[in-house]
Amino acid sequence: MNPRDVADEDPDRLYTVTGGRSRADGHGLDLVTLIVSESAPAAGSQSEHVRILRICRDPTSVVELSSELALPVSVVKILLTDLIDTGRASARHPSSAGDPLPDTEFLRKVLVGLRKL
Amino acid sequence: MDSASSDLPRRRPLRSSAADGVKIVIVGGFGVGKTTMVRSVSEIRPLSTEEVMTQAGAGVDHNVGAPEKTTTTVAFDFGRISLDERMILYLFGAPGQERFWFLWDQLFAGTLGVVVLVDTRRLADSWYAIDRLEHHGTPFIVARNRFEPLAHDLGDVRSALDLSAGVPLVDCDARRRESAKEVLIALVDHLHTLSAAREASP
Ligand SMILES: Nc1nc2c(ncn2[C@@H]2O[C@H](COP(=O)(O)OP(=O)(O)O)[C@@H](O)[C@H]2O)c(=O)[nH]1
Ligand SMILES: [Mg+2]
Repeated sequence: MNPRDVADEDPDRLYTVTGGRSRADGHGLDLVTLIVSESAPAAGSQSEHVRILRICRDPTSVVELSSELALPVSVVKILLTDLIDTGRASARHPSSAGDPLPDTEFLRKVLVGLRKL
Repeated sequence: MDSASSDLPRRRPLRSSAADGVKIVIVGGFGVGKTTMVRSVSEIRPLSTEEVMTQAGAGVDHNVGAPEKTTTTVAFDFGRISLDERMILYLFGAPGQERFWFLWDQLFAGTLGVVVLVDTRRLADSWYAIDRLEHHGTPFIVARNRFEPLAHDLGDVRSALDLSAGVPLVDCDARRRESAKEVLIALVDHLHTLSAAREASP
């Protein structure tokens, strides 16, 4: 996707997609929170919800969803909040999100992963 | 010389065991090599997206029509590295310009650390970012991307940036996977040192 696609997005479309809501802090969703579908899309679901539930058959980060749907991150978070509230999707939160500097054990695992690259 | 980036898959599902996302951010001026570095180490082709922040304007709108709104839009790109069965590292390439820092907390709070990528021909581009990171207390290292011709040695770069002794400064070629990987390892090594010092202090 081209970043311009989102920048030029018609504000009315974003309004429609989110049902007019503008904040989605409820679930503390991070860019790298991984989303997993818990059910197949029901008939008559909003098309963005259908797309999310299809993509998230495999764990998918919020930021990858944003890119895939060509919607700003905050709009995707609002859509996800609906799905999580109704049990149609679940969130795997990053373990280090709250801590500005993780412990050495965590960092050692990151190093091991990087050295294998 | 170049990584086989065109062969990278666009969509490549994560394993079902993936559970823990980790963030590292690469900041730097336009054309410094952020996307190149992400592409060199990513397991997917770099993707891009953006975040929009809309604030209702303060005060009464004297014009007819809708109330005034200020919109800040920041585009960024990212790549991904599966570190193990559970941990997935996301690498973000983000512009260092001023409006970007509006969204720092919203987007990159909880980031492990930051690589400030610099081009010695345009060092001033990175002053602002370094300032903000120091102010914020976010751990970072500086990586000098090796554009030709090389006019300065790293010592010159350190003084030009007024970097404190505790901040690692490394050389890299963002186009090479090994080199980009070494930059990430240098950052995480630095974080490890900081974390070990914290654990050792009473
Ligand atoms: N000579 C040289 N060119 C580079 C290097 N890294 C990136 N480039 C080139 O510089 C240009 C800008 O890089 P890009 O990654 O798009 O910069 P960004 O704006 O920071 O994302 C591209 O044409 C790259 O191929 C490097 O280490 N050496
Ligand atoms: Mg770029």
